[in-house]
Amino acid sequence: MNMSEKVILHSLHLDRPWSLETYRSTGGYDTLRKVVTEKMPAEDIIAQVKVSALRGRGGAGFPTGLKWSFMPRSFPGDKYIVCNSDEGEPGTFKDRDILLYNPHQLIEGMAIAAYVLGAKVGYNYIHGEIWDAYERFEQALDEARAAGFLGKNICGGDFEFDLHAHHGYGAYICGEETALLESLEGKKGQPRFKPPFPASFGLYGRPTTINNTETYACIPYIVKHGGQKFLELGKPNNGGTKIFSVSGHVNKPGNYEVPMGIPFAELLELAGGVRDGHKLKAVIPGGSSSPVLPADVMMDTTMDFDAIAKAGSMFGSGAVIVMDETVCMVRALERLSYFYFEESCGQCTPCREGTGWLYRVVHRIEHGQGRPEDLALLDDISGNIMGRTICALGDAAAMPVKGFLKHFRGEFEYHIEHGKCSV
Amino acid sequence: MLSPAALQQIDREVAKYPPQRKESAVMSALRIAQTERGWLAPETIEFVANYLEMPPIAAFEVASFYNMYDLSPVGRYKLTVCTNLSCTLMGAESVAGHLKQKLGIGFNETTPDGKFTLKEGECMGACGDGPVALVNNVRMCGKLTPAEADRILAELE
Amino acid sequence: MAQIEIDGKQVTVADGSTIIEAAEAAGVYIPRFCFHKKLSIAANCRMCLVEVEKAGKPLPACATPVIEGMKIFTHSEKAVQAQKSVMEFLLINHPLDCPICDQGGECQLQDLAVGYGGVSSRYQEEKRVVFNKDFGPLIAGDMTRCIQCTRCVRFGQEIAGQMEMGMAHRGEHSEITTFVGRAVASELSGNMIDLCPVGALTSKPFRYSARTWELTRRPAVAPHDGLGSNVALQVKQNRVYRVLPRDNDAVNECWLSDRDRFSYEGLYSEDRLNKPMIKEGGQWRECEWKDALEYAANSLNLIRQEVGAEQLGALASPSSTVEELYLLKKLMTGLGSGNVDHRLRHSDFSADAYRQGAPWLGRSVASLQELDRVLLIGSSLRSEQPLLAQRLRQAVKRGAHLNVVHVADDALLCRVAHKLIVAPDALAQALAQVVKALGERAAVDAEVQPLLAGIEVSETARSIAASLTTGENRSVLLGNVAQHHPRYALLHRLAQEAARLSGAAFGVLGEAANSVGAYLAGALPAPGGLNAGQMLATPRKAYILLGVELERDSYNGQQAMAAMQGAFVVALTAYKHRAHEFADVLLPIAAFAENAGTYVNTEGVAQSFRAAVAPRGEARPAWKVLRVLGNLFELDGFSQDNAEALTSEALGNTPLADKLGNALRPGMNLVLDKPDGGRLQRIGEVGIYQTDSLVRRAASLQKMSAAPRAWMHNSLLAQLGLSEDETVTVRQGDAAIQLSAACDDTLPAGCVRVAAGHEQTALLGGLFDEIRVEKSKGQQQTAEHTPS
Ligand SMILES: Cc1cc2nc3c(=O)[nH]c(=O)nc-3n(C[C@H](O)[C@H](O)[C@H](O)COP(=O)(O)O)c2cc1C
Ligand code: SF4
Ligand code: FES
Repeated sequence: MNMSEKVILHSLHLDRPWSLETYRSTGGYDTLRKVVTEKMPAEDIIAQVKVSALRGRGGAGFPTGLKWSFMPRSFPGDKYIVCNSDEGEPGTFKDRDILLYNPHQLIEGMAIAAYVLGAKVGYNYIHGEIWDAYERFEQALDEARAAGFLGKNICGGDFEFDLHAHHGYGAYICGEETALLESLEGKKGQPRFKPPFPASFGLYGRPTTINNTETYACIPYIVKHGGQKFLELGKPNNGGTKIFSVSGHVNKPGNYEVPMGIPFAELLELAGGVRDGHKLKAVIPGGSSSPVLPADVMMDTTMDFDAIAKAGSMFGSGAVIVMDETVCMVRALERLSYFYFEESCGQCTPCREGTGWLYRVVHRIEHGQGRPEDLALLDDISGNIMGRTICALGDAAAMPVKGFLKHFRGEFEYHIEHGKCSV
Repeated sequence: MLSPAALQQIDREVAKYPPQRKESAVMSALRIAQTERGWLAPETIEFVANYLEMPPIAAFEVASFYNMYDLSPVGRYKLTVCTNLSCTLMGAESVAGHLKQKLGIGFNETTPDGKFTLKEGECMGACGDGPVALVNNVRMCGKLTPAEADRILAELE
Repeated sequence: MAQIEIDGKQVTVADGSTIIEAAEAAGVYIPRFCFHKKLSIAANCRMCLVEVEKAGKPLPACATPVIEGMKIFTHSEKAVQAQKSVMEFLLINHPLDCPICDQGGECQLQDLAVGYGGVSSRYQEEKRVVFNKDFGPLIAGDMTRCIQCTRCVRFGQEIAGQMEMGMAHRGEHSEITTFVGRAVASELSGNMIDLCPVGALTSKPFRYSARTWELTRRPAVAPHDGLGSNVALQVKQNRVYRVLPRDNDAVNECWLSDRDRFSYEGLYSEDRLNKPMIKEGGQWRECEWKDALEYAANSLNLIRQEVGAEQLGALASPSSTVEELYLLKKLMTGLGSGNVDHRLRHSDFSADAYRQGAPWLGRSVASLQELDRVLLIGSSLRSEQPLLAQRLRQAVKRGAHLNVVHVADDALLCRVAHKLIVAPDALAQALAQVVKALGERAAVDAEVQPLLAGIEVSETARSIAASLTTGENRSVLLGNVAQHHPRYALLHRLAQEAARLSGAAFGVLGEAANSVGAYLAGALPAPGGLNAGQMLATPRKAYILLGVELERDSYNGQQAMAAMQGAFVVALTAYKHRAHEFADVLLPIAAFAENAGTYVNTEGVAQSFRAAVAPRGEARPAWKVLRVLGNLFELDGFSQDNAEALTSEALGNTPLADKLGNALRPGMNLVLDKPDGGRLQRIGEVGIYQTDSLVRRAASLQKMSAAPRAWMHNSLLAQLGLSEDETVTVRQGDAAIQLSAACDDTLPAGCVRVAAGHEQTALLGGLFDEIRVEKSKGQQQTAEHTPS
């Protein structure tokens, strides 16, 4: 495993790594130029992306090459590509660093994607709270436009593409791709019913491809070095490196770009290990909506889509929340349930009504007012939300409940029985 | 209602979208209006709606859906403290508690001198720097401790 | 077609149908709240979840298209469990206040809860409470009961054409609301009440007055516009409590305009005439029917003998039934007078001799939705025909071009391709431009050609012409303003030519509920007889008025009132109105809902209805009154003992379609004069809630009706030295009234828009005639100088 090869965060040691100048000095935009001037066939690029086994970094892990092949590229009329930088899944903060420290690689990745997918206009939807990143990205766009990497006649060829930044303003749900599109259209971020999927009915009703920031940022590397090389950075079916956001009870929280499939133990070590003098209790391995796993299960797993799924959770966005033995699991779940309650868009019944109900029951248990039937009730409510909503936020709200109850039921029972915490 | 400078900023946002899709700029326009007017009064929302040729209720839907818009007046400095899980594990509760005590207000309250408003925020996508707080929607402060929070308060004149 | 299986039944359904539609076709009901056949699919309530073979999770039937071979289970354990869980979620925050809820008895949530709800709630926490908002005089909101199905929001966006309701905030805090404290203004707003599956939006005029199960439904036909919406009257103890739409896709679909829905309140106005009255020596006294009828008949007979039958005139409302109008005509014929008319708001009758059939829509109502190109001339369509405007809106959404030639630029709430907005006296010129532009592609009729000589074709006219020559289905439509216009015959002829040149169907929008029926029943001057305009311009010695409120129903109320002075007037009327001042005999007649009869709608379809309640007081159906009068005059043919017998007599046996026709016979003397320009013109279209005497007395609708003002372009205000909101004196002829000045920069120059049909504007002059506006002398001053 080559721990030093970085696909995205490779220039952090350089001066002003976010500037066009620095990016150019590392060979930035050369790939775009090559694609455009050599008129590389779009199918070849898609084929390479397929070989790379790049899977969406936004949470669902959908194979990017396959998603791109759904786009009706030669369909007449406007088509769009959209980048999802609305990172709001608790525990995730990688896209912010990409925007802050390597925005041009994202722009280059999107420009190549636009070339491949036949889009003339793209938007990057940026989480409203990371205003510094929004401004940084706007600057980068100006630089790229001035240098002829965006706009008409990119790199002197006949390829045309413009890219704009759009900001969110405090709604987690806009990370869901169709809510994001609604928001881009100037509406509330309420997810759309699918099908139709964005590839046929996306932004303004036009064919649209949406990918995560990190996904697009991998593209220049794949096109430059070939899909095989990217694949080999990681594991079969889990190509490339991955930026893991590690937060919680570690000594050195932060983003770590490492190969896919790295053992969790190694990642934990990179992050400085569990905070001083404490013992690992549990880990949420892929952002707050992935089910929590106990320490022993985690210490035995590697960090990739397939391994985490096998361990009974979800790789998600690669956000690792580390909890040591001081954490009350009821309190932790209470906070997460509050989050989903607060962030439900409110359009579909099970999520609008169910998230509040879940929260109130967990809250009551946490505050010593739990009832013996409450755990069965929580199982029921979360079961009644799962799979019955318009978007996956319903599942995202239900899964943590299921996860916490599966592995830490005893703690909940103790709370109910004794009206207080066992931790 | 809004200054020429603000309108110019809005126009720049409108230009990002296709000509028939002005309302795509509503989020930016509301942000720009809020920055200028301090908060989004109904008249302000209606002005923005008219400017973008969209129904006022549609603009109100947007203004009320997204958390960072203020539909009632806030203090000169709005401090939004993230209390989500990562930040809480990293000490958000003690920072929030400290701020509440120091300012003498709870969440969603404003100090009597109109200087500070305290809000509870959801994940800001900066958990690595937790605990974090956002000042006036634009300035992210990370690695907060009670002492660091004091330093920031002092800095805000 | 796709072959699928629903609950074990094999069904073949159209490709692309959703499961819910397929189930409906198979006679299987799937519970739902957010789904509505006329609205877009939201799939948000989740009540319609069903089990589908091979699908991992239950699917919403409203949003899932069927595919060949699909096996659907709507009542399997899995499906029912999913539906029950959704019901449980819906109920946790729903107040269980059914006993005091107006929706009780017709609540979809209540109905389904019986089938799908649990016995007791597992939800022990406090329920959500939403503060109520004021949605205006028509809609009552109890938003705690709302289940966020967003039907009302989608209705506004998709059908009413204006988004007034929205879902604000998010998650559990989501609330359906209007923009901060605003009332709902749409002329179709009441449909939201029907759409609301729970008791969140209910009818304000109706609320708390009756429980729905105490009400009986009686079918009827709405009396206010040419559409003839099918309605159900909900009746208890001989009183109409509520009016609801009856589904009829050929007419009103499932919708109803607010005018048709809430006008029933006018039945219970204080102004109803309950007893016959006669004026003797200047004093009114109530009397027996017999006395009143004899008095009327004797007096009319005397006058006829003294001064001749041509001194008798009859004026009828076009909202009278076919049967009434037919008998009126028959009565006048029997008396020897040809002076009968129902077109009181018309001012140009010169096309009469050239008409070949009853003016009508020129195509079916339902087919309006399929139009590709439309030219709408002289029509404030949203107030004239609210639901036809809705049909055109759907056409435009499909891609139709709507072109407008009109005197005002009111929002049609859909995209208008091209428009020419001109002063009334330039309307014919504007239309002539379009005809001339069309003439650049095909030969203009020799009769029309000479009119186009001096006409300069504007770019817009050319664009309209270009638009009209593409697309498949086209219509040229002539609205009320055109029909009331002093150059109506010319406008009609030009519109006819525009339609011919562009291969469009030519339609005349029926003004009132029975405009077409009035033509068919012959409520028109006989050869040599006088039309409405002539009868009022050269006063008769005696008049019979049928259902008209002359001062507010005429082209020139001032002139109409003058004509009544000194005449002997028998008014068959449901209301006292000003007839009290000028009439000699008042005969109380049954109003809408109290009467049996027939209306022929603008499409030419006859729709008969029965009385739903007994007439108020001693009022009687007008057809019976006319019949008795006929007998008193000892005329033949007045012995029909039911309305049906009259109907067939009135409409004859020929299919009605054969009697419709908009084309004018050649030979008219056509002149197209230049707009005058020198004098101010009134734009006097009739306000939406001022069309007839019933709606004018519907209290809640009147609260929705803006007071008339003197609207004019900013430059005219300046020219007259007036400022907005200032009280001004508006004069026409001898009348002067005080109105507040208002600014509307979309109005053409030289025009003052003063709506007609209002009490305040009743005595002004012609709807599109000269008008004067001047600064008012300070009111106070006048008061001081008034001699005491
Ligand atoms: C509730 C919810 C929140 C989401 N939030 C994000 C997000 O913050 N960022 C993101 O890239 N994808 C997010 N997604 C996933 C997106 O819907 C979408 O799958 C993704 O942007 C596709 O990009 P990818 O294929 O490159 O991963 C979220 C999905 C759900 C259901
Ligand atoms: S699941 Fe929740 S967030 Fe997603 S559409 Fe439904 S209500 Fe909105
Ligand atoms: S009726 Fe299908 S989700 Fe509401």
